[in-house]
Amino acid sequence: MPEPIRVIEGKAVPLKLENVDTDQIIPADFLKILGKKGLGRYCFYRWRYNEDGSLRGDFILNNPRYRDASIIIAGKNFGIGSSRENAVWALQDFGIKCVIAPSFGDIFYVNSMKNMLLCIKLPEEQVKMLQELAEKEDLILRIDLEESTIKFRDRILSFAIDKAVRERFLQGLDEIEITLKHIEKIKKYEESMPSFMIPNPRRFITD
Amino acid sequence: MGLAGKSIFDKIWELHTLYEKEDGETLIYVDRHLTHEVTSYMAFEGLREKNRRVRRPDLTFAVMDHNVPTTDRLKPIRDELSAKQIAALEKNAKDFKLTLFDLYSPYQGIVHVIGPELGLTIPGITLVCGDSHTSTHGALGALAFGIGTSEGEHVLATQTLWLRKPRKMLINLEGKLPENVTAKDVILWVIRNIGTGGGIGHVIEYDGPVVREMNVEERMTLCNMAIEGGARTAIISPDEKVFNYVRGRPYAPSDDEWSQALEYWRSIVSDLDADYHKTIRFHLDKLEPQVTWGTNPAMTVGVTEEIPDPGEFDDPGEKQAAERALKYMGLNPGTKITDINVDVVFIGSCTNGRLTDLVDAARVVLGRKVAHNVRALVVPGSQLVKRSAERLGLHRIFIDAGFEWRNPGCSMCIAMNEDRLRPGDRCASTSNRNFENRQGPGGRTHLVSPLMAAAAAVYGRFIDIRELDLPSREEVLEHAGAY
Ligand code: SF4
Repeated sequence: MPEPIRVIEGKAVPLKLENVDTDQIIPADFLKILGKKGLGRYCFYRWRYNEDGSLRGDFILNNPRYRDASIIIAGKNFGIGSSRENAVWALQDFGIKCVIAPSFGDIFYVNSMKNMLLCIKLPEEQVKMLQELAEKEDLILRIDLEESTIKFRDRILSFAIDKAVRERFLQGLDEIEITLKHIEKIKKYEESMPSFMIPNPRRFITD
Repeated sequence: MGLAGKSIFDKIWELHTLYEKEDGETLIYVDRHLTHEVTSYMAFEGLREKNRRVRRPDLTFAVMDHNVPTTDRLKPIRDELSAKQIAALEKNAKDFKLTLFDLYSPYQGIVHVIGPELGLTIPGITLVCGDSHTSTHGALGALAFGIGTSEGEHVLATQTLWLRKPRKMLINLEGKLPENVTAKDVILWVIRNIGTGGGIGHVIEYDGPVVREMNVEERMTLCNMAIEGGARTAIISPDEKVFNYVRGRPYAPSDDEWSQALEYWRSIVSDLDADYHKTIRFHLDKLEPQVTWGTNPAMTVGVTEEIPDPGEFDDPGEKQAAERALKYMGLNPGTKITDINVDVVFIGSCTNGRLTDLVDAARVVLGRKVAHNVRALVVPGSQLVKRSAERLGLHRIFIDAGFEWRNPGCSMCIAMNEDRLRPGDRCASTSNRNFENRQGPGGRTHLVSPLMAAAAAVYGRFIDIRELDLPSREEVLEHAGAY
């Protein structure tokens, strides 16, 4: 059962790129690793490392100032592309707890929420404002899920979040258990399924 | 919805809704679950941890495709991690009693190629797979969603999925495609226009004369890449072409069930007065072959156009992205597409690895040779595609021209096996993603149709396929058969 989360507090790093796809968050080579642990090493691998394994100076997450950042403030369409949930696991293992962006890839968004990596959609101006603040000096955000607010310095932004998603975070629920409460409805559907919908191997291909 | 009619999506959604919460979260029954070696491992582990079973092993099918070698299947897999991942799927399929199409199965292939060709994908069903290109199956009129691993575990355990009803976008493709302009060019054009995020939160439904003219495989190409426009999925109302396509496939409804199936399928097509949140029309009479120049599929131009100048983008984000993309791609603004040389040509993937695609490529390759400095591969999408092509004699056309003729798998679409670009290699690829490093670290990808890719292999650079005098599909099959 996942641990409930009410508040996320941490340093923000501005990732001023749009359309960051999940291939960049974790390259396909590392999808062969069985399990979730240790994927942080490979997070943004080709952006973080040169071919010889040395760190790339031009990538913001390598900047010592942001080493301990746990909140990414990204451009629009963050997490588009491949459905790989490993992208979420890699970000989490890397220490990221929340991503703020104007929009997200649909599958990435769902994957994140299932793993309690919080994705917050904010209007583009607000995202840009936060990026600029985080660029100038250390920006610590305090995100309160119960209140749906982001507090920093003397300011408060509020964000919209799905009720169901918020409940998941606040209570750390096991979704499969919840679903199985509807088992009678599932069984009823299954009983009404016509036989043609069920894929029996009816013939072999003779090619 | 009021009095308006319903779209195919509305109808399938309603028929599969088990329960809807006040806030709109809906529990949807899943009729088909396809899975592969790369995204399934943690889902099965999750089941084990909680001592759960797969609820419907008979609705769940597993296949090895993403990381498999496309060379000789009798040789052991050299990559240790791949071998482990493959062994894990084998064990999971056995432990949880699933049908598995393994490396040696005559039905092995890319998950989105084998679903339709085995008759696992039929109209009117809900289908999920731990892979974003699951939208492919929408071409047959199935409501198909790409899902993550957690959702996959949920489906394994409950045969259901919690979803929020996406919005509906109708894309009407009007006019008639010019000769040798294909489904791939259409979808690149669509993404170029709606952008990588244009479809976010939406189900795209395609309709219009261009779609009706296409065969079912071409429609799959169209639906396959809807995800690159950000869409949740894509769907096309099925017609006689689809019903004929499905009939007789191994897992398709039997003859006894056929009339019942047809009746259901005809009942779920979109009503003429169905309403959509958004409708877009594209007139395609003058569409030209499309070529991507950047690092996402919306970065596309026509073959007679030039590499754009980032300075001319108004949006600062787009400008920055274009500069970055050109640097990665090693291209200069103003370069003509037809002045770009290629090192590698890849024909395959779930976008363009079907028989229609290989026939198209063969139309160009017949009687020609691969340029001496180009490495060219054909990786059929499945064993069935491969055997059909071989039975027709197409493989000889490719091999004689200097192409490598491989075993099925995702191969150079994702570069998880040994098929990958070297740093700096420029590739004309029939796959669906031109993201940085997608085909191998430092590799540069241009997405094109099979016709355009085959021509690039022959000329060593992009050419406007419309300048070639090509045999028809029928003529090339006749030639191939005469080998
Ligand atoms: S061919 Fe490419 S896009 Fe298709 S399933 Fe395989 S890796 Fe994914």
